[in-house]
Amino acid sequence: MSSLSQALWVLLLGSLLGLELIGKVPPTLHTPLMSGANAISGITVLASLTLIAQAHGNPVLLLFGAVSLAFALFNVIGGFLVTDRMLAMFSRKKS
Amino acid sequence: MSTATLFSYASDLGAVLLLALGLKGLSKVRSARSANGLAALAMGLAVVGLLIQQSLSLEAWLWIGVGTAIGGLAGVITAQRVPMTAMPETVALFNGCGGMASLLVAVAVALFQSSGADLVALISIVISVFVGAITFSGSVVAMGKLQGWIATPGWTQSQLRHAVNISLAVACLVAGIGLPSDPAGLPLWILVVASSLLGIGVTLPIGGADMPVVISLLNSYSGVAAAAAGFVVGSQLLIVAGAMVGAAGLILTQVMCTAMNRSLVSVLFGGALGGAAPVGGGGDEAGYTRITSCSPEECAMALETAERVVFVPGYGLAVAQAQHTLRELAKLLEANGAEVSYAIHPVAGRMPGHMNVLLAEADVPYEQLLEMDTINPDFPRTDVVIVLGANDVVNPDAKSDPTSPLFGMPVLEVDQARQVFVVKRSLGAGYAGIKNALFELPQTAMVFGDAKAVLAGLVSELRELGVGKKTPTAV
Repeated sequence: MSSLSQALWVLLLGSLLGLELIGKVPPTLHTPLMSGANAISGITVLASLTLIAQAHGNPVLLLFGAVSLAFALFNVIGGFLVTDRMLAMFSRKKS
Repeated sequence: MSTATLFSYASDLGAVLLLALGLKGLSKVRSARSANGLAALAMGLAVVGLLIQQSLSLEAWLWIGVGTAIGGLAGVITAQRVPMTAMPETVALFNGCGGMASLLVAVAVALFQSSGADLVALISIVISVFVGAITFSGSVVAMGKLQGWIATPGWTQSQLRHAVNISLAVACLVAGIGLPSDPAGLPLWILVVASSLLGIGVTLPIGGADMPVVISLLNSYSGVAAAAAGFVVGSQLLIVAGAMVGAAGLILTQVMCTAMNRSLVSVLFGGALGGAAPVGGGGDEAGYTRITSCSPEECAMALETAERVVFVPGYGLAVAQAQHTLRELAKLLEANGAEVSYAIHPVAGRMPGHMNVLLAEADVPYEQLLEMDTINPDFPRTDVVIVLGANDVVNPDAKSDPTSPLFGMPVLEVDQARQVFVVKRSLGAGYAGIKNALFELPQTAMVFGDAKAVLAGLVSELRELGVGKKTPTAV
């Protein structure tokens, strides 16, 4: 099945990309980076939305989807905002 | 191929590109803030692409609206309200919720959409549930420990915990193998419960000092959980993003372990450091024999004549919320003509980089924050070093005593300075539970008290000595 091998390639290349992207990070940025990466891991919102989209009117599935969407969005929105709050402090210093 | 499908392909590719650029940009000071915005934009693009591709019913939109309103609002409020000192707990909380989302999706798919699913989808469900549940329960425990809600129970420091965790892991494995033949049945629930308990069982024995490593590792897990959820719902974008974050989280975890001279294996399986190997009297005060203590007044007099002052802020400063008072003191010293800088150990504060955030909040100029490698050669020409609630990161034994558990950990060489004041609440041991040889050196004096109170005392003493009044133009 080609879609599986395709997905595995995607997995492999994505992992390698992640390893390369943040090789060197100044210690100043470790906390914001952790928080930012954490916000990105909330991309599981896509899974929640897919679940809702394909629920075909099943109320329990819709409920599961909505609850998981709330959890994931809490992660995403809270994560990006709090990271921005931290980084805003740094950039204020630069100017 | 419809326009909507084409658009969703384009938005997916665009989102991956922007996410990668965002992650990369987050690792440079200059670009970090815009990179964070870029990653947020990428997320928005991915969501829009998905919504356009799926033809959604009115009912679906309604549920999406409800979920978005609740999750979004809670996120906005939390992000605005949370104090900077509580950042590690906050990251843990957000992270746990991401894990929970993956867990819920996988459980829902297992319950309702698993008939006719192939083995790959079923294995993905197992991984998603397993990793998602561990991420959630582990993050909640980590948050509870950092907040001081949960203590480390005694039994978790014995060998018993290994037996408990291994049994739980075996239960997970058995349930995972059983799940494909009965996706909506008993194995699923055993897997949910056993994985959640395993997350607790693995995190609970780990001491507070190692919590940053745990959070970073759990952050990596939530990426893995997202990637697994990507396999479950068949989203390549989710797989890429999840894998990227998972790998990036591993690198960060490794960086933290190096900075703390801990191996990942000993963090995860070694129990709380110090609980296992108390050295030189451990947490009590009996181990010290040659301690000099002094009042804030004497310390202020030394500061008045100092030309070069270095502050070493640590966890105690964060706890006392004393960063603003510290900045006030630093301004006063600068007005007095002294050169002031801050020595930042990679793990100062409660997680790597946390101290930088706290000091930035107090308007400390970025250029004054010096990293360990930059400042270590400067200590010999430093008149006064003030250690504020840091302990293990200034312990000279880490360089000179091969029997010390800290031996080999990179430390700030404050013992090279002419005079050292250590502000500390008591002689209790640091996180690592190890005696600090610095405290007994002839040039070291202890100033006992809460960091904020001592700093406020120093500010008022210096004002009484007339410091800062002569040159009102400065700063």
